[in-house]
Amino acid sequence: MKPATNVRAYRGFFGITLLCLFILYAPLVVVTVYSFNDSRSITVWEGMSLRWYADVFVGPESGKFKEAAFNSFTIALVAATVATAIAVTSATAIVRAGRFRLRMPSLGLITLPIMVPEIVLAVATLIFFNSIGISRGYLTILIAHIAFCIPFAYLPVQARMQGLEDTFEQAAMDLYATRFQAFRRVLLPLMIPGIISGFLLAFIVSLDDFIITNFVKGAGVETLPTAIFGSVKQGIKPNIMAISTMLLGVSVIMVAISYFAAKWDNTK
Amino acid sequence: MSQVAEIAVDVQNAVKRYGDFTALKSISLGVYHNEFFTLLGPSGCGKTTLLRMIAGFEDVTEGAIFLFGTEIDALPPNKRPVNTVFQNYALFPHMTVLENASFGLEMLGKSRAEAKARAGEMLELVQLSQFASRKPAQLSGGQQQRVALARALAPSPKVLLLDEPLSALDLKLRKAMQIELKHIQRETGITFIFVTHDQEEALTMSDRIAVMSAGELQQLGAPREIYEHPQNRFVADFIGETNLIEVTISEVADGRAKCRIGGGHVIECDAPGQASGSACLSVRPERMVLSAGNASGIAVPARVVENIFVGTDIATWLKVDGGPEISVRISNSARSTIFEPGANVFVNFEAGAARLLMD
Ligand SMILES: Nc1ncnc2c1ncn2[C@@H]1O[C@H](COP(=O)(O)OP(=O)(O)OP(=O)(O)O)[C@@H](O)[C@H]1O
Ligand SMILES: [Mg+2]
Repeated sequence: MKPATNVRAYRGFFGITLLCLFILYAPLVVVTVYSFNDSRSITVWEGMSLRWYADVFVGPESGKFKEAAFNSFTIALVAATVATAIAVTSATAIVRAGRFRLRMPSLGLITLPIMVPEIVLAVATLIFFNSIGISRGYLTILIAHIAFCIPFAYLPVQARMQGLEDTFEQAAMDLYATRFQAFRRVLLPLMIPGIISGFLLAFIVSLDDFIITNFVKGAGVETLPTAIFGSVKQGIKPNIMAISTMLLGVSVIMVAISYFAAKWDNTK
Repeated sequence: MSQVAEIAVDVQNAVKRYGDFTALKSISLGVYHNEFFTLLGPSGCGKTTLLRMIAGFEDVTEGAIFLFGTEIDALPPNKRPVNTVFQNYALFPHMTVLENASFGLEMLGKSRAEAKARAGEMLELVQLSQFASRKPAQLSGGQQQRVALARALAPSPKVLLLDEPLSALDLKLRKAMQIELKHIQRETGITFIFVTHDQEEALTMSDRIAVMSAGELQQLGAPREIYEHPQNRFVADFIGETNLIEVTISEVADGRAKCRIGGGHVIECDAPGQASGSACLSVRPERMVLSAGNASGIAVPARVVENIFVGTDIATWLKVDGGPEISVRISNSARSTIFEPGANVFVNFEAGAARLLMD
């Protein structure tokens, strides 16, 4: 089929494309390349080396980074798991339970946080914790992460669920399955790709969060983003680039899995 | 069905309302055990609604439904010994054909091995054994249809509900499946309640047919009875082809009515109980013949308008002077005479071929 619009015919097509790609990816490329630099300088290339990666794991700041990484990954894991469970139950109610009066408001409420500026959420969450008197620390970070991860976990789950006809559950119940068995044996397996995708998205969003975490974390508790920010304030050292490159790698892997999970079809 | 048969499904004064719209207006009907029963009617007449009420997916607004004498209105679908073949099949896409077929038995608590063995037998019955390990998406429409059938039959339901199961298939496959379904019904002895809007399909397959229109039961009977003795204009018109001729009843005596048709001709035929005033005469096109001279029995003079070739038959359209248009079917063989358009002929039929319908 002939495309309706041949974008290549537009003047400056290649130039603009290259410029956009450059702006998007040049910083990432620079960080990645210089993380392998055998120099204390972050701008002068002195040859290939893994010394900054070693520095991350055994250097003077390694204790701080290991603890931050531990916090980041455990929080992301728990927050994404809880948020996904909540997302699956709410999607089941909103998409499958027919029309009920608060259906549209529920849908709005659950997805709204994506549109709210993060700084507003951060301040609001902080005020909330203060007013109910929870002292800030690991737990407050975890609760806040669960909350803001829900809409990210929700959207892929809902998208998948909307593609499934009601007759599957009816057919299951017609074949003597209870409501729960129909959910467990028919609906849930068909939703798995959406669930994996939602979980990974929530995981990445949690792993990467800085603003809200920075507000609600107590003194002494760091996640990777806040720890990196803390280090950078005293000047950028190449070990930051090594950490960033590793985080970048984790993100790329997660996003790739999420992408393939969303497209994966367990019906073929 | 001559002996006193057990009633499998008994629908008593069932009403279904959606808000202020009444989809079913007090339907009562009994389906016999081992019967191939068909719900026939035009789109939107409430066939699916009635079927879903029997399956348990819709509440009964008023009235009651009994299954072998037990009222089932309060039972959820999974507690009713009734299985459904859905119109769109609704096969579980993540399970293989065999897993689909054994699902019901597993839910009934049968061991996995037992369920698989029985499901395998069902797949054999529908000739799909070689596809047992495929996913539904890898099958053709006709094969999916048969998986849906095997899945619904495997738990040996007391009643099988089929909602237009053949409507997605092409004509040839559909004919083949009609025979196969009928065969399977006889072999398993399960009561089938079959929904269709195709009158020909209903006539070929059913032991009895319930003709529905706009949420009401119009007539219930064996295919022949419905075809030859339609009770009203709707049934006569919906089942097969017919000539509906407007008449005025001038005289009723000894169960016979004298009916005047447009153009002044008078026909005498059997009268139903309350015959009077204006009515409608139904005569099937194949029960009429054309002749050049005045033949015995009823003979209505008419002029040939057109001959239409329909394969095995020729349909001849005629116009009665000052009266109705009539269609006559003549077998397309060397022996039958075809009259050219414009010819003046007589339309002959026996009084017994005409049905006088009051509404
Ligand atoms: N959930 C519903 N809410 C409101 N009206 C409904 C609902 N389901 C069905 N109806 C109406 O009830 C009537 C009967 O519907 P039903 O699906 O039983 O028709 P049908 O005879 O199966 O038609 P078809 O041959 O097209 O499948 C229709 O007029 C339909 O619009
Ligand atoms: Mg229908």
